[in-house]
Amino acid sequence: MKVIAEISRWAIPLLLLLIPVLAYLRKVPVYESFVAGAEEGFITGVRILPFLIGMLVAIRVFVDSGALETVSHWLQPMFAFLGLDPNFAAIIPLAIMRPLSGSGSLGVATQLINQFGPDSYIGRLASTLQGSTDTTFFVLTVYFGSVGIKKYRYALKLGLLADAIGLIVSVWIVTKVF
Amino acid sequence: MVNLIWLLLLATGIIVSALNGHIESVTTSAMKAAEMGVEVAIELIGVMSLWLGLMRLAEEAGFIKGISRLFGPAIRHLFPSLKQDSPALGAIIMNLSANILGLGNAATPFGLKAMQELQKENTTPDTASPAMITFLALNTSCITLIPATIIGVRLKANSANPTEIIGTTIIATGFAMSVAIIVDYIIRNRRRR
Repeated sequence: MKVIAEISRWAIPLLLLLIPVLAYLRKVPVYESFVAGAEEGFITGVRILPFLIGMLVAIRVFVDSGALETVSHWLQPMFAFLGLDPNFAAIIPLAIMRPLSGSGSLGVATQLINQFGPDSYIGRLASTLQGSTDTTFFVLTVYFGSVGIKKYRYALKLGLLADAIGLIVSVWIVTKVF
Repeated sequence: MVNLIWLLLLATGIIVSALNGHIESVTTSAMKAAEMGVEVAIELIGVMSLWLGLMRLAEEAGFIKGISRLFGPAIRHLFPSLKQDSPALGAIIMNLSANILGLGNAATPFGLKAMQELQKENTTPDTASPAMITFLALNTSCITLIPATIIGVRLKANSANPTEIIGTTIIATGFAMSVAIIVDYIIRNRRRR
């Protein structure tokens, strides 16, 4: 555990040191090569801009409308009927938000953790969910957009399937472990 | 499918806002989100330039090839359509390593770089290649050893044990990633026949 945290802390400084030093020893013109490579960053950033804006606008309008709260409100009686924790409905907005927006789902998770307590069932489940899956929908649209792919084929379904598995396993493991 | 989801998000948002009696929030949300898109892209330009610069150094010094040769055999099975020493492999490995270590802002540049390299080997430029789909499935379901952000949130909320969710997180992503790899493998093989 501690070892991994240390690796995360040292990884970037070490890369920043080792790559240029070793490249220099191999007679690479380090500064000029760095600049030449860095030039690509600007082009890529500009290329993904329209995709970022398109997705962010739609997601933000959806999230700010309160639609997620409405859905979870509707589903609450169903969870109670199924004999699950009645607070379980509070997780639904997070589960829907997770594949869409990283900052959005972090906001929801933070709010759940503060509302129910970090060591409550909902708090632990929200933490596990937030830590486990990625913003599939967002990543796909931006990554594909950056290289001009229009037809995603089965990519989105596969990504969302992985997210669904992540959600189901999170619920199962959190219920079992704690 | 993307077109439909995009439309549904937007239309549902606007209709629900109207029903909830705060239609004016649509305007501010849309404008703010558009501004935020630019901020994100500008920030990304900085980070991307840094990492792509370093990556060029690593490439010219022959490290990326070395890494590909070292770890390549392990992940080659997942990308049978790629050329033997494809430059995409190096970028894919860097992206996945950054994801595993939880270095989010280093992962994105390598990921976008990997997409560019994969696109060079794509025979149908407007359609996702199998290698791209495999890469994205790995990328979005990738294990993070230390979910640092959420641990920070738990710490701030006075959790008795902020890191206790690391185990459950790894198990959840482990399952998600395995299923993604297996299903992707099945789909690829069925389509090839």
